Parts: sequence; C-alpha cells; structure tokens
Amino acid sequence: MKTLDAVIAESPVFAGLTQEQLEFIVGCAQNVHFDAGQTIAKAGDNADVFYLIRMGEVALDLDVPNKKSVRIDTVEAGQVLGWSWLIPPHEWKYDVTATELVRAIAFDGECLRGKCDSDPVLGYALLTRFSQVLVGRLQATRFRLLDIYGTDTH
Amino acid sequence: MAQTLTETAGTLEAMMPVPYAVTAKRQDTYDTWTLELEPVDGAPIVPGPGQFNMLYAFGVGEVPISNAGNFETDERLVHTIRAVGAVTKALCAAEIGTIVGVRGPFGNTWPIKEAKGKDVVIVAGGIGLPPLRPAIYHVLKNREDYGRFVLLYGARTPSDLVFLDEVKSWQSNYDVDLDITVDAGDTDWKGKVGLVTKLIPPAQFDADDARAFIVGPEIMMKFVAQELMNRDLPAAAINVSMERTMRCGVGLCGHCQIGPTLVCRDGACYTWDEVENLIAVKEL
Repeated sequence: MKTLDAVIAESPVFAGLTQEQLEFIVGCAQNVHFDAGQTIAKAGDNADVFYLIRMGEVALDLDVPNKKSVRIDTVEAGQVLGWSWLIPPHEWKYDVTATELVRAIAFDGECLRGKCDSDPVLGYALLTRFSQVLVGRLQATRFRLLDIYGTDTH
Repeated sequence: MAQTLTETAGTLEAMMPVPYAVTAKRQDTYDTWTLELEPVDGAPIVPGPGQFNMLYAFGVGEVPISNAGNFETDERLVHTIRAVGAVTKALCAAEIGTIVGVRGPFGNTWPIKEAKGKDVVIVAGGIGLPPLRPAIYHVLKNREDYGRFVLLYGARTPSDLVFLDEVKSWQSNYDVDLDITVDAGDTDWKGKVGLVTKLIPPAQFDADDARAFIVGPEIMMKFVAQELMNRDLPAAAINVSMERTMRCGVGLCGHCQIGPTLVCRDGACYTWDEVENLIAVKEL
C-alpha cells in the first residue's frame, strides 16, 4: 500500500518538491472520504482546507437567485479542489458536493499557510504550483466564453 | 460501396437534386431534428462515413449536411440538422411525407479502415456527433479489428447533447470508453462539467498507435487537437472534418475554398497537419 507522502509526491501539483518540503506538507494532510450527495463546503464558508481527489467526483455549484443552481465545474480524480485556502479572504466561492463516493487527501490550509510564512521557499513553491491551477481555471473560463459550440447560419 | 459525385463535376447529374421523401423525423434538442429520407423512386444514394449531401428545401435553398446514418445496416439517409437559418429551419419543419431534394454524396470519407489495429479516439462537440456516427458504427460492427475505443463528447448544456440514449447504449453494449462533459450544467445533471478538452488527459489510449477523429466547430477542434498533441499523438494521426460554406459540392464555385484546398472536393475530412496552418490564417 502506498504511503500518503508517496501519493502526494505523484500528484502533478506537488511534483518537483524536495523530500523535506513534502514531509512538511504530509504533516498537514489526512485521508478523508465523502458519501455521494454529501456537502463538502458551502459558498462563504472558511476555506481552511483543500483536497487532492483520489477517487470519485465533486461538483461546484453556484446559487442563482430565483433560478436553479448552475453547475460550474466538476473536479475528478487526480485534480486539486480548492485554492481559496491560499488567497485571502480564504472563503469558498461555490457550493461543493460529492456527486459520488469521494476519497481524497485533505490538506490543512491554515497549517500550510503557517509553514509558508516561516519558510518562504516552500511558500514560493506552493504559490507557483497553485498559480498553475488558477491559470488553468482562468483559461477554461475564457475558453467557455468563446461558446465553442455556437451555431452557424445556413 | 460509397459513391461520390465529386468526380462528376460539371455534369448534370452532380447538380440535379434527386427527390427524397421524409420518412421519419425526431426532435433531438430544442433546435435540432433528425430526418430519415428515402428516395421517391430509383436507387438510393450510398454515402460513406464522413461524406455530406446537399439538401434542398424547395423554394428556400440548399445546405450541406453530413450523413449521420448507420451505413452498416441501413441504406436510409439520416441527417441531423440544427435550425439556425432559413434553409435549415425549413428542413427541420418538414413533415413526414415532405419531398426534399438531395444531391450527393460529396467529399471524401473518414480513413476509418486505415485505423484498423489501432486505438480509436473520437471527440465530438455538440452537433458534431452525428457526422461521426457512421464511423462509430463501423468500429462497433468490427470491434475486434480495433484497439481501445475512446469516445469523448462535449456540449454546451445537457439539453444540447444529441443521440444521448444511443451513446449510452454503446457504452453498455460494447467495449467503449465513454466520457461526456457539458460546459454548464445544473444540479440535475449527474455528469461532468467543464471543457471537452478536460476529458483528454485521463483518456486511456496508446498515442504511438492511435487515430483520432474530431468533429465540432473549428475553434473546438483546434483546442482538442492541441490537447491530443500534448498526449504525443502526431498531427498526421488526428483527423478533422472542416465545415465551410459548400455550395456546388463539386469544386466549381469556390465558396468553400481554404487556401489551396476546396473542402467539398478535397475534404471535408483532413488530417490536422493538412489544415492546422490554414485555420490559423484569419483571412481564410
């Protein structure tokens, strides 16, 4: 069976970190699971945690007044859920729900922020990696604005 | 054996619509219908996977529509049409028994037989699924001739997914790795949300021995092709279907010209290395 640090080291978002940095991160991590339909976070909640999804899928929903909730995105196995732990005001922006049984590694964001403050090299390494996550989300959002399945006019 | 009328350019046969009757009609989405057509008399047109026909709504006009039929078992013409302009709205409004004009088939075919022994990756965007349906049925019928069969399907919303029940039946009845995503869902939607490109990194196929077939708007095909190349699939192994304004269908009028190629005559199926640089030219 793989240890937690081995699983974390294999994730692209943590690739290239030193053994010492990984050990710091593992110290803030624990295995969690969510049942299908279970709420993981609500918009406005404190975002003092993020997740590396190992199995299953979670949905990010946005409440629209007087309308059905809009499903903004889904996050699947191998992907990171949550970046608000790193950036003030540390609040979840969407409702997050497990759509099926989810197994994940939860990272204590407050613990990691403390380590980042005391070790700027680790802080820079994590900021660089989560910037890539954010850029990916931004590009996906812009891509969707293109309405790529738009119609022709025959 | 698939026919093509492209070689008969300049002849009366290529330009003369043949009367076909609408024999079945189904509404797929809020703006998309599928028509089944049979010839009023004479032998039916026999298209190949990837070819298109010119459909004529009498008194309104003519549009190019890809063939969506299952040619493995059925000679009826099947066309899935989105009602967005005068002609397509007229075709979608046609009742059973209505006579429409058909010219074709035009263009080349998917090189699906050349993919034998390889993994097949099909990526469809929105109404891009129907033009791939003949190729999909060819692979399903000859499943043992191919390696992994990956079908990735994306659409704007769940209500824009066409042939959804049929697609799911492929997954349950055949060995197909199916993955579906929509750009925006609601809480009733149980599948993935996000771009169709997100389905490519986790897809299981051997990039050294695979062929990909993509149909969708050009911008979608561009991003999908880039993502497939990120998986080390060569551009020459990626096939796309170009949609341009075909008019004559036989390479005479030039409406569908992209640089040195006429889509109706030389396409509509191309490899990505043939068209990547042409798509990048804004003026084309």
